[in-house]
Amino acid sequence: MNHDAYPDNYIRGILNSVKSIAMVGASPVNVRPSYFAFKYLAQRGYDMIPVNPGHVGKELLGKPFVASLSDIDRPIDMIDIFRNSSHIMPVVEEALTLDPLPKVIWMQLGARDDAAAARAESVGIKVVMNRCPKIEYGRLSSEISWMGVNSRTLSSKRAPAPTQGMRLSLNRMSVGGGDTAASDRAAKNKSEQS
Amino acid sequence: MSDRLPGFSTLAVHAGAQPDPTTGARATPIYQTTSFVFNDADHAASLFGLQAFGNIYTRIGNPTNAVLEERVAALEGGTAALAVASGHAAQVVVLQQLLQPGDEFIAARKLYGGSINQFTHAFKSFGWNVVWADPDDIASFERAVTPRTKAIFIESIANPAGSITDIEAISTVARKAGVPLIVDNTLASPYLIRPIDHGADIVVHSLTKFLGGHGNSLGGIIVDAGTFDWSTGGKYPMLSEPRPEYHGIRLQETFGNFAFAIACRVLGLRDLGPALSPFNAFMILTGIETLPLRMQKHCDNAKAVAEFLAGHPAVASVNYAGLASDKYNQLARKYAPKGAGAVFTFSLKGGYDAGVNLVSKLQLFSHLANVGDTRSLVIHPASTTHSQLDDAAKVKSGAGPDVVRLSIGIEDKEDLIADLEQALGA
Repeated sequence: MNHDAYPDNYIRGILNSVKSIAMVGASPVNVRPSYFAFKYLAQRGYDMIPVNPGHVGKELLGKPFVASLSDIDRPIDMIDIFRNSSHIMPVVEEALTLDPLPKVIWMQLGARDDAAAARAESVGIKVVMNRCPKIEYGRLSSEISWMGVNSRTLSSKRAPAPTQGMRLSLNRMSVGGGDTAASDRAAKNKSEQS
Repeated sequence: MSDRLPGFSTLAVHAGAQPDPTTGARATPIYQTTSFVFNDADHAASLFGLQAFGNIYTRIGNPTNAVLEERVAALEGGTAALAVASGHAAQVVVLQQLLQPGDEFIAARKLYGGSINQFTHAFKSFGWNVVWADPDDIASFERAVTPRTKAIFIESIANPAGSITDIEAISTVARKAGVPLIVDNTLASPYLIRPIDHGADIVVHSLTKFLGGHGNSLGGIIVDAGTFDWSTGGKYPMLSEPRPEYHGIRLQETFGNFAFAIACRVLGLRDLGPALSPFNAFMILTGIETLPLRMQKHCDNAKAVAEFLAGHPAVASVNYAGLASDKYNQLARKYAPKGAGAVFTFSLKGGYDAGVNLVSKLQLFSHLANVGDTRSLVIHPASTTHSQLDDAAKVKSGAGPDVVRLSIGIEDKEDLIADLEQALGA
């Protein structure tokens, strides 16, 4: 997989198929991006599991925190890692010990570890790096268009008005895979320099 | 679902717009409302905290305006956009995110006269200091860079003479200086030039001109290319530091490659207030649907008129980059191969008096201070748009006393030429 520019169908396929998402580094602080990504994905119907050893015994929007991936009592479709790039590898190593394996490992906006991605992909796990699933869901459903964001999708179909808790259709016509070209090039240059 | 890239004309009609979810209306409705009802207290809190997508108040966002924003972002190849009340408002909002009092920005000397005024006088009172550079001398931009430089500002096709700016060369200077390149793309429109493809980090427009295209609605827009890394060195605290207005959110961390557009919305538009009327957004959207058709006609007409003027005995010189003899023709071929725009200047052998005489005799050309209308327009910059500059600055910006500026419309070119011929001949 080219991790500089993902085809929309790759992202769409992931968001349409996964049901349970373990969020590593989920924060109970309501101004942290992990908090509102967690909240949004829960509202869109995903089975969300907060993973953070510092908050075991507490709940995030009614879901109990667990200390680690191996403490989760059910199969996980996707692991969403809200940690810096330098903390990715141990999470991926732990993920590779799970049975069954997760189908997807997703690293948040700003996080990228190509070596960890290669290890996960070598056992058939799909990997997304430096993206936010909330933004991608909002983009492919065009809900993010309320904020003037270029969804890079078109549709001549009448969609229902989005309400809380509704799953949205992500099957709009894409106008170019992955990210916009210029912003992709900039991200690639940055990752090559670092 | 296949990932394919539709053409520019398809995007001009469709991007950002889909049938209204509630009524099925196919044209984008005018949501002429100030405010939007919340589902409940939690929904309201989520919206105010920037945690959910949705509408609060038209000074922050409006569904009609959002369609316009996404459409222009798509046409320019940006990640997001923000529509505001005018091109001038766009410039204020952009620079408010980038500059603190005492900071500097470098601007090309050849700019719309109103921008020169805004930068020189209005922004000075904010402590934003403009440093001028010559777009024909790239090294003058390099020499102008200091540790306080926060941005570089140029026009793609520059007022008033329609000269073409070497965007790539100046973007190299900006990258080396670690500052974003802002390109005012008003006179080109994305149909002729897409500055982001040439290294621009931010694109601004007066939507009032070719994008709206009909001379009936003011508007401005800011497009975020998603290319600039705002997090380094604490140079852009509006984007990189926790914002007290939003409980400590860091915009770049939260919004990634469209953080600049969000900053313009939630820190600029929200607090400065230059919101675009949804009615104007609707008018401009309708104009954009025909942008490719109009822009090509504007350019084809402009070239024919420029060629006519270049061969007329009363004309001393014509500045139109689309003419093979023009000093900007090479740059025009590189940056604007479909046409060199429709705004240009010429000077008359009879000087100032002949210019005034010409303007008074024209029957189809309208004498007014705008460009980018369906109608052909004429103005004498030295006594109007550039009148507040001193004589030396007028000449430097291409608006000397003998200069007449035309904005060529989409009428039949034979009629435009006949009008000029009768006015020049008598």
